[in-house]
Amino acid sequence: MMIGALFALAAFGMALVWGVMNVINIAQGEFVVLGGYVAVLMAQSGIHPFFAIFVAPVVLYGVGWFFYQTIIKRVVDKDLFTSLLATFGISILVQQLMNQIFGADIRRAPHGFGTWGFFDNLVTVEQVKLLTALAALALGGVMVLFLKKSRLGQAIRATAQNARAARIMGIDTDKVYAATYSLNAAICGAAGAMVAMIWVVEPYIGLVYTIRAFMIAIIAGLGNLSGVVLAGLGLGVAENFAGFIMGAEFQIAFVFSLLVVILVGRSILLGRKREYLK
Amino acid sequence: MSKNSKFLSVLACGAVVTGLATTGPAEAKVEGDTITLGSAVSITGRYAVNGKHTKNGYDLGVKFINDKGGITVGGKKYKLAIQYYDDESTAARGTQLAERLIQQDQIKFILGPYSSGMTKAIAPVVEKYGVPMVEGNGASRSIFNQGFRYTFAVLSTSEQYLSTAIDLAAEQAKKDGKDPSSLKIALGVRNEPFALDIGAGIHDDAKRHGMEIIIDEKFPKEVSDMTSFLTKIKALKPDVVVVSAHTVGGALFVRQMTEQKANAPIVAMTHCESAKIEDSTVFGSAGEDILCAGQWAPELTYRDDYFGSAMDYTKTFEKVYGYVPPYQAAESTASVLVYADAIARAGSFDTAKVRDALAATDMQTFYGNVKFAPTGQNIAKPMVLRQLQNGKYKLVAPSRWADTPLSFPRMAQ
Repeated sequence: MMIGALFALAAFGMALVWGVMNVINIAQGEFVVLGGYVAVLMAQSGIHPFFAIFVAPVVLYGVGWFFYQTIIKRVVDKDLFTSLLATFGISILVQQLMNQIFGADIRRAPHGFGTWGFFDNLVTVEQVKLLTALAALALGGVMVLFLKKSRLGQAIRATAQNARAARIMGIDTDKVYAATYSLNAAICGAAGAMVAMIWVVEPYIGLVYTIRAFMIAIIAGLGNLSGVVLAGLGLGVAENFAGFIMGAEFQIAFVFSLLVVILVGRSILLGRKREYLK
Repeated sequence: MSKNSKFLSVLACGAVVTGLATTGPAEAKVEGDTITLGSAVSITGRYAVNGKHTKNGYDLGVKFINDKGGITVGGKKYKLAIQYYDDESTAARGTQLAERLIQQDQIKFILGPYSSGMTKAIAPVVEKYGVPMVEGNGASRSIFNQGFRYTFAVLSTSEQYLSTAIDLAAEQAKKDGKDPSSLKIALGVRNEPFALDIGAGIHDDAKRHGMEIIIDEKFPKEVSDMTSFLTKIKALKPDVVVVSAHTVGGALFVRQMTEQKANAPIVAMTHCESAKIEDSTVFGSAGEDILCAGQWAPELTYRDDYFGSAMDYTKTFEKVYGYVPPYQAAESTASVLVYADAIARAGSFDTAKVRDALAATDMQTFYGNVKFAPTGQNIAKPMVLRQLQNGKYKLVAPSRWADTPLSFPRMAQ
């Protein structure tokens, strides 16, 4: 459940970029890992990594903005395949850079929080997981509010609905796209800081997070942001449950079968609706 | 703006470093008084850390042989050199580079890459060209059951990796007046050839002692969480936990085991050194009392003419590279020593003669005794187990050579 909150964050960003810009960001996981390294570096210089949840988004906002201005800007109105390739390129670039700068060593950010045990330690709750899950939910809440209430948030939603109309209404869509992509990187950064505290980071682990984020975004349906949060939480539970019952080798297989079932189920439902409309 | 330019300069640096690693002048096999060996190791990619250990090990071996005057072939002294390429930790690239070393660079003596997967990719290539390869970092059983004649490994093969832990558990049970067959084992391996071999080895050992394996888990390659495995351990309370999940999985396991308060009297794993579980600033005391499988340990009493004892090697290595050599480096150095020995005995640069000399190898190095089975793996050296006690690795098994008693049972951290 708490793991799900983390995946939900990364998926939230992905759904946002997908919905607004029609870009599937393959570099999602790399942004997460980069955020993790921010936490690791902070822990190394003696600052508690929990604060990285606030610092990493700022750093990653910059990174996201950089990649938008140099690369994404040029592919945003091209077809989906072009942007897929472009973000895939970013993903490889960031991976290799992280490998050069931080080395291929496994890193983690030590946090010093304890663990609560219940029933002879059969059930354990790590304080850090609880804290990060709460922070993740809070961040998600802030994002939803931001999109609903703020001027920029409204502009983002308007652009998502119809970019041309938004442009006619005087919205600078280029700025909106830049903000959206950077915002996504920032969210990933926060998630990454949490990952570094709970698990470990290394330059090549990003793919795991990209795939999860992608799946959650699909399950929830495009642009359905609150659905993303629910799907993320649900996936976290389902995954661990499957791992426990069937063994770790089927953990991911189960999650993907679930995806197939949901997609098939949804298309059947849609089919029915269509008949009704006839 | 300054952020941009900084980022770009880092990017440029990265490009230059990668460029340096992958290009170099082509050299012939023997030029003047230099014999050039060839190796494609992982400088970048997921095996970059262990690739570096491998390269450092090779370089140190070459340096010491050259400092001692080199190898005598046909009455003439020759120095060694190594032509490296970066295989980027991908098997396809490794295969290409092996072809390139042999065909383009005319190198007739190959040193192995890092990891079983990469070695397995290159073995058919050296076989095709009849060029011998000595390797110290490919332990998968599957490399040695395909009838390759030109691949020689100085290390113990994978199914032996954690066998010592099961034997140790049986020994301890007898000491406590228990029947070894009453022990229950939890096994967790990453779903890849090397770790699966280790798992198969454990199954054999368990059968031999009549032990029961109550948890048998295969982690996905990109393992990111071990909660379900640990929950099972907490519920079923096995006596022995055996884990091989490469570096990421190893680090995760140690970390999450402590955070989720799971434990067992004996916990044994691989890749402790590369996961750096001894680093208390990162893991706290989480790694305490964990048994680590190793090909080699500095405390062993093997000797050779170049480096002296295993401890002497360790000191030399530390002086040159500034860190204690992990076994990955030691077995790489040993590969170079074995090669030098075989070329000298062959008295020729003919690849077939060097191959036959390799097959007849029977020597002791600081790394251990080396004698190859007809299929190419080293059969003269057992695996060792070291236990992390008060932040230091102590040799505890095989008990024949151990200088420290086992800390048993493992205390919950």
